[in-house]
Amino acid sequence: MHNSSRNHFELFNLPARFAIDLNTLDQHYRKLQSAVHPDRFAAAPAAERLHSMQQATQANEAYRTLKDPTARARYLLQINGVDTEEESNTAMPAEFLVLQMEWREAMEDARAARDIPALDKLLHEMQQESKTLQQHLHWALDEKKAYSEAAETVRKLRFLDKVRDDIQQSISKLEE
Amino acid sequence: MALLQIAEPGMSAAPHQHRLAVGIDLGTTNSLVATVRSGMSTVLHDEHGHALLPSVVRYLPDSQVEVGYVAQAQQSLDSQNTIISVKRLMGRGIHDIPDIGHLPYRFIDAPGMVQVDTRAGIKSPVEISAEILKVLKNRAEKALGGELTGAVITVPAYFDDAQRQATKDAARLAGLTVLRLLNEPTAAAVAYGLDNGAEGVYVVYDLGGGTFDISILRLSKGVFEVLATNGDSALGGDDFDRRIFCWVLEQCKLPPISPQDTRLLLTKAREAKEWLTDHMESRLTGILSNGEVVDLTLTSAVFNELTRPLVGKTLGPTRKALRDAGLTLEDIKGVVMVGGATRMPQIRLAVAEFFQQEPLTNLDPDKVVALGAAIQANVLAGNRSDHDLLLLDVIPLSLGLETMGGLVEKVIPRNATLPVARAQDFTTFKDGQTAMSIHVVQGERELVSDCRSLARFELRGIPPMAAGAARIRVTFQVDADGLLSVSAREQSSGIEANIIVKPSYGLSEDEILNMLHASFASAENDKQARALREAQVEAKRLLEAIHAALEQDGVLLTSAEREQIEQQMHALEALSSADDSHAIQDAVESLNHATEYFASRRMDASVKRALAGKSLNTLEI
Repeated sequence: MHNSSRNHFELFNLPARFAIDLNTLDQHYRKLQSAVHPDRFAAAPAAERLHSMQQATQANEAYRTLKDPTARARYLLQINGVDTEEESNTAMPAEFLVLQMEWREAMEDARAARDIPALDKLLHEMQQESKTLQQHLHWALDEKKAYSEAAETVRKLRFLDKVRDDIQQSISKLEE
Repeated sequence: MALLQIAEPGMSAAPHQHRLAVGIDLGTTNSLVATVRSGMSTVLHDEHGHALLPSVVRYLPDSQVEVGYVAQAQQSLDSQNTIISVKRLMGRGIHDIPDIGHLPYRFIDAPGMVQVDTRAGIKSPVEISAEILKVLKNRAEKALGGELTGAVITVPAYFDDAQRQATKDAARLAGLTVLRLLNEPTAAAVAYGLDNGAEGVYVVYDLGGGTFDISILRLSKGVFEVLATNGDSALGGDDFDRRIFCWVLEQCKLPPISPQDTRLLLTKAREAKEWLTDHMESRLTGILSNGEVVDLTLTSAVFNELTRPLVGKTLGPTRKALRDAGLTLEDIKGVVMVGGATRMPQIRLAVAEFFQQEPLTNLDPDKVVALGAAIQANVLAGNRSDHDLLLLDVIPLSLGLETMGGLVEKVIPRNATLPVARAQDFTTFKDGQTAMSIHVVQGERELVSDCRSLARFELRGIPPMAAGAARIRVTFQVDADGLLSVSAREQSSGIEANIIVKPSYGLSEDEILNMLHASFASAENDKQARALREAQVEAKRLLEAIHAALEQDGVLLTSAEREQIEQQMHALEALSSADDSHAIQDAVESLNHATEYFASRRMDASVKRALAGKSLNTLEI
């Protein structure tokens, strides 16, 4: 966002790939924030303070996007001109839909039973499933440039992320 | 060939100029001020050698104001005019304050923020807090022998926008330049981390007089990155006093008692609580105004039982913060205890049990926040420092918008790293609609009515179009202080509406100016003298900053551009010695404007420099 022409990968001096080194991302993020953060410009003229806030905001946005695998894949597709159609395209392979229903049911059951360990176990399962999908993204985006396949995987991951959010919310409600 | 001197961006290249900057812990029970002297962060004392200033303000009959120990000594006798724990009222409406019936003040239900009717007139919590800040400012200026460049004021991490804005207003009212609002646990982490060379993930458990915060931070090579924060902005040591107080009422079967007696028993309750930190039992005695004698013994076992629910209330937010950070107990390298209330043994025990490790208590829990704030103030003021320090903090509560049916749509999620901005597109829902109202709320709940209302504003002047054709992009920007501003733009016409969120509870610019002027109780020429001084200080600051920038990055300008900037600088310099504050302000404005592209190039250069490690002259311009 804002007035910069660098994309998120360029900003952190990283190759525009799905498989990135997260340690390098962390390091470069901190280096960049050390240079542009508003705390470095507290005594500077108003114009510099404004630029600093915009740059630091962009660095945070870029970091948040690249750190999260789903957001990173979505962004990679976007800079390659591919829309992931997450709102409009809800067609999913039948087996994935069945799986998803099973997770939702398992979540409802565990929630009704106030069973936090069961919810935690479910979270773990979803994490494993996400990892498999991420491996697929690496293949589709970095190796094959198979963008429409990658877009479908992003849509699946979005489903998973939503269920995960719901599980996490259920846990924190139960813990209250 | 002379070597080019390169300073940190935005910092003055002149090493001899030490700017006077302080960190202020504006606490519920006590407040402190600290500064960095000869590289060491130290708390400043008053003339009696006290480090703590009780956060107590008393309005006297002769329009005098007392703050601190003197005011505290009178709190039972003059409870209606002696305000304690004013922090609990900051940015709060009358319905937001629990236990309001127990408080001995004459409250006024003002729109947005509650007010207190004292013998000196109706006072807002902002004005009362400003009295505390003024005393600390004077203390610091006396100790340091000069006017302060600025201050870092700490706030509970879990303070919302309203409470932060109120704190900033109070500082301005006290005549302080706010360099930054800093979250208390982050300040504590700075003091602790730098002192101990800590690396890894740390938890700060901060139970103060009236607020509870939990923050989880990753410390790495001078970067303090907050991963998650949670808390309860209405839970603190005061609540433990109140539990004892209620126990006393029960034990003695007392009827409703007067405000004076309430104050007296609350004070006795606090003393008993403090005594129990090192003893197994405490005697609690006092004589009420009707002559009735209270004489009880409170054992630590009973005290623990009375306060068990309060201790438990701190663990819920702790669990949530851990989850939000995506961490488990094994990831936590240490737990730092902050706030006077963490002296209570039952708290330390509960924390040790929860985290399965002994909490760290080697820093004075009353002082650590102010010490950390002073370190940050020193860095922000542009003083040279041995600490290469960067704080990356987060927004504690989600920001959202009201949608159909009173539901909240989240725009910025809690724990997003600051500064953060999000844009959201809206469209019209009727043909020819030219205005639209937007309601911004803060909180985690799904219903608007369960969240805190931050601002309602109207977007006018939308060109009439068919329903759904207009594209209105609203951008929410939260700055490094955690404060929100909102701007809106109609995409197809480019009509812009800039709104700084100044919600109902905040003070308007005019109100602050009026209060400032009233507090100087001065003639017109005093006001002018002050305006002139402020303009001169601002001009000097700007000239210094641009001078340093030219020295450092002058290579980014063509000689014609540089000449143009220097001309404006000369013009401003010439005006600064004259006495026309408006002319100075105009010149400041135009110099700011003239250096905008320079600022943008410098920023670009520092971005490249940060990652490439290239020297200046190899950069493309």
